[in-house]
Formats: sequence, structure tokens, C-alpha cells
Amino acid sequence: MKSYSKTTPYLFIGPALLLLALFSLFPIVLALVISFTDIDLAGLADYSNISFIGIENYINIFKDPIFLKSIGNTVFYVVFGVPLVIACSLGIALLINFGTARIFKAFRLVFYMPSITNVVAVAVVWTYLYNPQFGLFNYLLGLVGIPAIPWLQDPTIAKGSLIALAVWRAIGVNMIIFLAALQGIPKTYYEAAQLDGANNWKQLTKITIPLLRYAIFFVSITTMIGWIQFFEEPFVMTNGGPLDSTTSVALFIYRNGFQLSNFGYAAAGSFVLFVTIIIITMIQFRLQKKDTDI
Amino acid sequence: MKTKVSDAKKAYKIQQWIAGIVLTLGGLLVAIPFIWMILSAFKPESEVLQLTPTLWPETFTTENFVYLFENMNFGVYLRNTIIIVLCSFVGLFFNAMAGYAFAKYKFKGREKLFYLVLATMMIPGQVTMIPVYLILNQMGLTNTMAGVVLPGLVGAFSIFLFRQFMSTIPDELLEAARLDGASEFRVFMQLVLPISKPIMAVQGILTFIAGWNSFLWPLIIANDESLYTLSVGLSLLKGQYGGNFALQMAGSTFMVVPIVIIFIIFQKHIIEGYTISGMK
Repeated sequence: MKSYSKTTPYLFIGPALLLLALFSLFPIVLALVISFTDIDLAGLADYSNISFIGIENYINIFKDPIFLKSIGNTVFYVVFGVPLVIACSLGIALLINFGTARIFKAFRLVFYMPSITNVVAVAVVWTYLYNPQFGLFNYLLGLVGIPAIPWLQDPTIAKGSLIALAVWRAIGVNMIIFLAALQGIPKTYYEAAQLDGANNWKQLTKITIPLLRYAIFFVSITTMIGWIQFFEEPFVMTNGGPLDSTTSVALFIYRNGFQLSNFGYAAAGSFVLFVTIIIITMIQFRLQKKDTDI
Repeated sequence: MKTKVSDAKKAYKIQQWIAGIVLTLGGLLVAIPFIWMILSAFKPESEVLQLTPTLWPETFTTENFVYLFENMNFGVYLRNTIIIVLCSFVGLFFNAMAGYAFAKYKFKGREKLFYLVLATMMIPGQVTMIPVYLILNQMGLTNTMAGVVLPGLVGAFSIFLFRQFMSTIPDELLEAARLDGASEFRVFMQLVLPISKPIMAVQGILTFIAGWNSFLWPLIIANDESLYTLSVGLSLLKGQYGGNFALQMAGSTFMVVPIVIIFIIFQKHIIEGYTISGMK
């Protein structure tokens, strides 16, 4: 028995689906189309100024030294950022899960806090902490006799400084995911291992880590996608500098799109980013599958 | 034998203490930016620029906050941010409606449409950023509040969570309400929504936080300062008053502290939200 009319379900999904179609699905098609055109501000004012230029944007973008540099920077962020996020959040989750006292619940809150705060506000605060003259970090280093570090002025150190901020923000959510997974491991496994005389380290490497494999896989994919789209921190803190050494691919796209108004060129860049994310996700799923086969 | 057991107990206790101490140090490290931000916000500019920083404000002042509202447009930014938060609750309502339909109605194309919704989660923001701007421009919505709000109004993940939760509502309950003559919309408003309180709480808090923090779309769409949100205003402040750290910290404190308070009040719901969503 069906007591509702045939149109009712469509009325319920209508508003959400319409908005998703207009602002998520259709834009993908549009992005692909305009990435083959030379649309800029003149084209935006009058569509007759737009012409199809084939794959010229894609050819030019791979010759663009700043784009190549931004790819290099983004690879740097991924290579150092992903393991750091996993190590920190997993380590903290293990310690919190190990603790029996009530205080350990409070630690959950403390470590989760940075992830809900506003990126801009936090980036402003960290820029102040990193300030070479008045910043807290250099002052504290000075107290123990370490000379001042150019946190955001040196090309390589600046990348590390941005990573530190992003790791600080990323710990919370991933820690909660690991904690949920840890609580899903049956206690009997550990009891059996203890009876067999396995020490803590053995229990960690032979029981906990293998059983957390799915959580680690999930966190590594989402974290990696997050790092590939790294944007706000370099935008607010360094604006890509010094000498584009912190420019990420996402920042490059934003700059070309909205500061230089090269919409077609930026769209080509965004498609390169999109395809990269898809390929990396697919490779990771492959590896995960192979891993579970063994 | 007895000593061995007590030895193991002792070792366990020591390990507990070590874990506690490591976490305390780590927690302190994580909290430093917050503590420093709040303390600096109440210092006068001259004190912040001392070469030997003070931990506790020597001269306690609220002039930084007053300056934000009197000389900068933080009142306007605050109003805009609140408008965005309120609008995003309309979006939350749309998400709940869609989630309900996907969970409880049978209709042609249901599976396909749902997969389409899920697929939008995979699309990175950078790809849609430029075409969405062009679409809004075509609709004449650049530099308007509608243009700021519309792109982020509904979200696939939220629809997904609502669907997961609402599919646990028994069909008999809905049938009974229909037999009593309630319209479909009334069933949704007066039966389904109240039952879905737990997921509503989680989503409501997350929606509030996301709206309060919204940065990218206001930045792209708003040319006029009268449409700026707090985040955009703060990044403007950083550009204009680059050297006045006390003022910047006051702006940051004004943005961060309300969220921290809301988080502490509702933390149980937020952290439980991950269990509801089954993200294990």
C-alpha cells in the first residue's frame, strides 16, 4: 500500500538536488568546457570574446614555472604532512585510550579544539607566534640560547612552518576516528596475548596496528586529499611567498582565477588537480586491496 | 609470585603516569596558541611590541575590542556572519528533507540519484570554484548575499548522514500517522524531525561552526566590505594592520572564543556524531 502520491518524494529531494546539480555537478562540466577556452574578464563581459583554443591551456600550464613549483610544494606538503598527521593523531589516540583515569577524557577535548576553530583566525595567531621579532617561538628559543629562526622567511622552513600549523589543526578529527576504531577492538584479544606473555610493544604491533588498518587507510586517504587541496594556510600566512616557495596548487588556481582573471587557464589547472586526486585515490584502493588479499 | 604481580601492577601504574605526563605536555603545546591569543588580545599595543614579552597583561585593556567595532566594521561583519549561519540552517532543513526521502520513499531513480549525491562529495572545491563564480555572475548574484550563501547551502555528506539515521525509523510509525490523515509534509515536520533529534543536534552544531567560519565564498563573491564576514574581515585586518598584533589577536579571539564555548557545551554531541555516522 502506498499512501503518498508519486510526486511527493521528488518534492522532498527537489531543493537539495537542484542546488547540488547547479553548484556541484553542472560546474564540473562547465569547468571542463572553459578549460579549453581563453575566457578572461573581457570574455566574461561579452561571450563573443571567448574562443576555443583546444588544449593550449594544458600545454602552457605545464610550461609555467610557478605551476611546476606549486606541484613541487604540494608534493612536499603531502610527503611530510600525511605521515606526520597519522603519527601524531594515532599516537595521541593510543595514549588516551591507554589511560584509565578520568582526566584522559579531558585530553580528547584539548586535542580536538584546534580542528573546529577558524582557519583565518588561527593563521593570524600563528603568524604572530612565528614573527621573527615579536613572536613567542623565537623568544622561547632565545631563552634556551638558540638563535632566531626565520619561520616564514626562509623558503624551506616556511613550508615546514605551514605544515606545523596544519598538523596542529588536523590532529583532532583523526584522533577521534582512531579512538572510535580502538574502542572497537575486543578486549579479549589483549587478555589472550597477555596470558601468552606478550609485552606492550608486541600487543601494539601485532594486534592494535593490524586491526586499525582500515582506519589508517581511511585517514591516509582523506588526509592526503586534504593536503592536495591545501589552501587557506598559505593564502593567509605567506600568500605563497617567499618567492612562491609555499604556493600550493590550490593557491595557484585561486590566484589565476580570481586575482588575474584567467578563468580558462585556472580551470585547466583545477582539472589537473582533480585528475591527480582521482588517480591517487584509485592507487590507494588498489594497494589496500592487495594488502588484504595477503 | 605475589611480588611479581605487584611489580606488574607498579609498572602499569608508572606507564599510566608517563602517558598522562606526555599528554599533558602535548596538550599544553596544543593550547599555547589559544592561551597566547587570548592574553595578547587584552594587552595594549605597546606591551605586545616589547622585546621581552609579558605572559599576563601588565595593563589590562579592552580597547582592542572597542577599536574593532568603532573604527573597523566588525559590527557589519558580525551581522553578515549571523545571516550566513541562519541561511545555512535553511540548507540543513533541505538536507534533512532529501535524506528523509532517500531513506523512506520508494521512487523511480532513487538509487541512481543517491549515488549522484554521493559522487558530489568527491569533487574538490577548487574545481567548482571558477565555474560556480561564472554561474553566479550570469545569474547577477556576484556581490550579493544570495551569491555568498547559495553555493554552500546543501551538502552531500549531511544528506548521507540524515539518510543513515532516518532509515532506522520504523515504517509502521509513518503509516499510522498517514492513517490519521496527516499530510506527508506534516508527517515529516511533526514526527520525523522530532525523532531525528540526535542527528539534528550534531548537524546543527556542525552547520553553525561551518557558517561561522565561512571564508572562501564570501572572499570570492563579496567585493563590498558591507558583505564581508568575520573571517574575511580578519584577513583584511591582517593586511591593513600588519604590525598591530594586539588588534589582530582581539579579532581572532572574537572569532574563536564563541566557537570554543559552543564546542565545550555541546562536545558530547559532536564527538558522538562520529559514532552515529559510523566512521570507524
